[in-house]
Amino acid sequence: MDKNISFTLKVWRQKGPKAKGSFETFQMKDIHQSISLLEMLDILNERIINEGKEPIVFDHDCREGICGMCSLYVNGHPHGPGVRATTCQIYMRRFNDGETITIEPWRSAGFPVIRDLMVDRSSYDKIIQAGGYVSVNTGAPQDANAILIPKDIAEKSMDAASCIGCGSCVAACKNGSAMLFVSAKISQLNLLPQGKVEAARRAKAMVSKMDELGFGNCTNTRACEAECPKGISISNIARMNREFISAKLKD
Amino acid sequence: MTKLDSKIPAGPLAEKWNNYKNHQKLVNPANKRRLDVIIVGTGLAGASAAASLGEMGFRVKNFCIQDSPRRAHSIAAQGGINAAKNYTNDGDSVFRLFYDTIKGGDYRARESNVYRLAEVSNAIIDQCVAQGIPFARDYGGTLANRSFGGAQVSRTFYARGQTGQQLLLGAYSALMRQVNLGTVELYTRHDMMDLILIDGRARGILSRNLVTGEIERFSAHAVVVATGGYGNAFFLSTNAMTSNGSSAIQCYKRGALFANPCFAQIHPTCIPVNGDHQSKLTLMSESLRNDGRIWVPKKLEDAKALQAGTKQPTDIPDEDRDFYLERRYPAFGNLVPRDVASRAAKERCDAGFGVNNTGLAVFLDFKYAIDRLGKDVVADRYGNLFDMYEEIKNTDPYTSPMMIFPAIHYTMGGLWVDYELMSNVPGLFVIGEANFSDHGANRLGASALMQGLADGYFVLPYTIQNYLSDQIQVPRFSTDLPEFEKAEKELKDKINKLKAVNGKRSVDSLHRELGLVMWDFVGMGRTAKSLTTAIGKLKEVKKEFWSNVRIPGDVNELNVELEKALRVADFIEIGLLMAHDALMREESCGGHFREEHQTEEGEALRHDDKFFFVGCWKYTGEESDPELIKEDLVYEETPVQTRNYKS
Amino acid sequence: MWLTNSSIGRKVVMSVTGIALILFLTFHLVMNLVAIFSTEAYNLICEFLGANWYALVATMGLAALFITHIVYAFWLTAQNRKARGNERYAVVERRETVKWTSQNMLVLGIIVLLGLGLHLFNFWYNMQFQEIVGNHEVLLGGQNYAVHDGAGFIAYTFSNPIYAILYIVWLIALWFHLTHGFWSAIQSIGWSNDLWINRWKVVSNIFSTVVVAGFILVVVWFYIASL
Repeated sequence: MDKNISFTLKVWRQKGPKAKGSFETFQMKDIHQSISLLEMLDILNERIINEGKEPIVFDHDCREGICGMCSLYVNGHPHGPGVRATTCQIYMRRFNDGETITIEPWRSAGFPVIRDLMVDRSSYDKIIQAGGYVSVNTGAPQDANAILIPKDIAEKSMDAASCIGCGSCVAACKNGSAMLFVSAKISQLNLLPQGKVEAARRAKAMVSKMDELGFGNCTNTRACEAECPKGISISNIARMNREFISAKLKD
Repeated sequence: MTKLDSKIPAGPLAEKWNNYKNHQKLVNPANKRRLDVIIVGTGLAGASAAASLGEMGFRVKNFCIQDSPRRAHSIAAQGGINAAKNYTNDGDSVFRLFYDTIKGGDYRARESNVYRLAEVSNAIIDQCVAQGIPFARDYGGTLANRSFGGAQVSRTFYARGQTGQQLLLGAYSALMRQVNLGTVELYTRHDMMDLILIDGRARGILSRNLVTGEIERFSAHAVVVATGGYGNAFFLSTNAMTSNGSSAIQCYKRGALFANPCFAQIHPTCIPVNGDHQSKLTLMSESLRNDGRIWVPKKLEDAKALQAGTKQPTDIPDEDRDFYLERRYPAFGNLVPRDVASRAAKERCDAGFGVNNTGLAVFLDFKYAIDRLGKDVVADRYGNLFDMYEEIKNTDPYTSPMMIFPAIHYTMGGLWVDYELMSNVPGLFVIGEANFSDHGANRLGASALMQGLADGYFVLPYTIQNYLSDQIQVPRFSTDLPEFEKAEKELKDKINKLKAVNGKRSVDSLHRELGLVMWDFVGMGRTAKSLTTAIGKLKEVKKEFWSNVRIPGDVNELNVELEKALRVADFIEIGLLMAHDALMREESCGGHFREEHQTEEGEALRHDDKFFFVGCWKYTGEESDPELIKEDLVYEETPVQTRNYKS
Repeated sequence: MWLTNSSIGRKVVMSVTGIALILFLTFHLVMNLVAIFSTEAYNLICEFLGANWYALVATMGLAALFITHIVYAFWLTAQNRKARGNERYAVVERRETVKWTSQNMLVLGIIVLLGLGLHLFNFWYNMQFQEIVGNHEVLLGGQNYAVHDGAGFIAYTFSNPIYAILYIVWLIALWFHLTHGFWSAIQSIGWSNDLWINRWKVVSNIFSTVVVAGFILVVVWFYIASL
């Protein structure tokens, strides 16, 4: 059964991208385990505001695990201790009375801190801009059923497409590599007949943008996959490698 | 008095859109480059419009609050998107989709708009498939369909429980492609602050850069608002935390009409409220109603025992369970439209049959589906939803029924637009949930995605040209014009005034208070008395807000509390508008239920003779009440009936 | 050139050199096992791989593989550290599916490299190198060994328990390095999917165990033989 717990909270505070950050410690009393981690932060912020101080800044939006906005590194895990859950889907029953909960921002050169726990993930948009689409204009595509797609291919594509672009793969990776994110988009599109036409161009353009933005090299630690709230598999990375290598060999 | 011209094209219903397209004015490709369009919002409507206009050659500036366009709340739509493809050969057609939408909306939508929506629905699916959206498929490789609340055909296309996400990512990808090609300039973490009118036309916006806190000015030949609905006026809703109605209020205060504000949809399958700290309500997909059976106890003592926690749901035998939807609506059963299902739940809970400690919940039970289909099939269909439920509520839906309760989900009302999706302010277009146009008094499931994409991909890109075609001689505007200066000064004064209040209460605590007033007095069951009370209370909340809000930190830099405060100030205005509209509309229809106006069986009672119109509200000043302007609804081809989901 | 300026290209270089080194190890193991069965046969192989032109070319090739693999390892690590940013997490917790090995390949690689240095000093320096500089015999522990007498060098080296232990430590590090390196190389060149990733991992574990056990067997065999 859920009960009230009290714990120590260590939260990273940082005024701006260049400023020096540090942990601030708060004592939390009688927090009911049925509330979510973010609601716990809401309660804390309410308290901070009532003290006339500046509340903790963190990204969050849909609070139902799909928008990819929330991005807290809790007790050593991106999105906290849950498996296949975003930060907003973590409830306080995951924590124990008397525990210390440490909350940090995503840490990666590709995601500079904006303030406190809020980071800049616009690099992900730039990677998509490089080729994460099918080049088709609005207008007159043929009937949706004109191209048949085997169910298992559609399912695999959907597995990859369920990526929410939260950045936890980069946050989890000791190499700051964005390969899981990039490979998920490449896989989704390259698997489908609609995306095959520009498959080689897409793989080259997106990988090259990813490299240019300074993300690290994959060493197959599988940390990204283990922490991904949507369970995206690293077999997508293998597929991307294949696509990229064969595109380069053809050149 | 403002005269509304809805610009419905001549001709039979089925030919209006073609007639319009054949005769509208176009802008030639060389001139498109010289025309700027501002689009606020990057949800389904905003992103698809920005991408499409960019592809056509217009110069687009696209704004979103979040850090990326991909986070817009369209992403959270779970169930699916309707289209009249009739792939399932069950008798669907454009007319039937149109008719279902009109009927589902309780005959309060504009016939011509809805017909056009049904007409372009098929093209949306084609477009999305071409973009690489991995819709569910059958073994033969064709697209799969499922049925959805309020329809007797299977016309819903879906991508697992993440249809909104996939459609949004499709539009987002198309948008990113245009950003790459340089036709669209993207402004993320920007919040629209005001609409700029020059000589009576919409010519620009002010926005606040949420990272630096700077007020920025942008000019264009036309402004498109695609900022979604205002359900967060209730504080607790299924909307995202930053979903807001501020751009609608800004436009309203600049002269745009706010239509049917009281039409808000309450979704029947949300997880019930838990405690005082809840920040939002989580929706459980409506698809659960396909296999789950909704019930409360038949006996009041059982309900009391459940509320006290002395009895478990599994202790109550089948014969003591009241499957009230199946009982009241034999033809549709658990699949009645959302408003009907929501009200029925409220009716049972008001009668004391609620099943949780607050008495505000009903059961959604999968025991019967598990008996019939086996646990594996149920897990396959709903496993991820069950996991989500268990994480939140700490009970296992496989062994004990889920608890659900209605929550604010979608707002059918919005800024008034004509057939071209232009508001009464020339050059101000409103698309998606932000406008009022297609859903009448209630929206059917899987129709929001359809409307957002229809507006963005296939309607606005045509109709906006009809407006822009005579703007090609108009040079780009300087943002140093006095209109910008004045608006920026007003905005800064407002921000400084908010900061200067320096009161004792956080923005959230005031927002919660607003939400409670809204839910208690402008919620699912409204009366003249509750609404009058609401207006009084809302004015008190407004006064409390402007005299006791506290915004810490510097307002000229990143300041989340300021962002929230600006939104809450506007939510209060929206709350007042909703209350006024609901008080005026002395009938029950769709999402608007006036308890004085119901049949003996407790069903909604419309008064077509008096309220066959769109209620549009005009801003008259801070202190005075809004003025009502009516757009009469003319149904040329649809027989107007009473909704009946019983037989 | 994509093998140097793209992340996947660099990984391909690591993979291909790694796989080549794995093949070399396999060959080396087979050769060593021969020493258990017949010292004469082993010495024949040693003679064959002496300072002949083809053996020298192969040695140069092998050295190039090692150097490339090592240079890329340091290069990639430097890039990855940069990509990680300056701030480190205060708390880090590893999920069960994330193996310690996979996150410490450079450390393991360095241990392997040190062992390799020792190994070159014990064997290559006494054999092929001496032959290149024109010697036919070397004096070790008061005894002369022919430069082709591989079996003799083995027996000499592993009669020393310190060397035997050092070699075993080295081989264990190699085992860790291989268990990740093998499947990881296959993954990096894209030869994997949801099904094969687990198969490759099993293959990696079996292969690494067989190879390392084989090498250790030779060490232990000759140590025991010296008692």
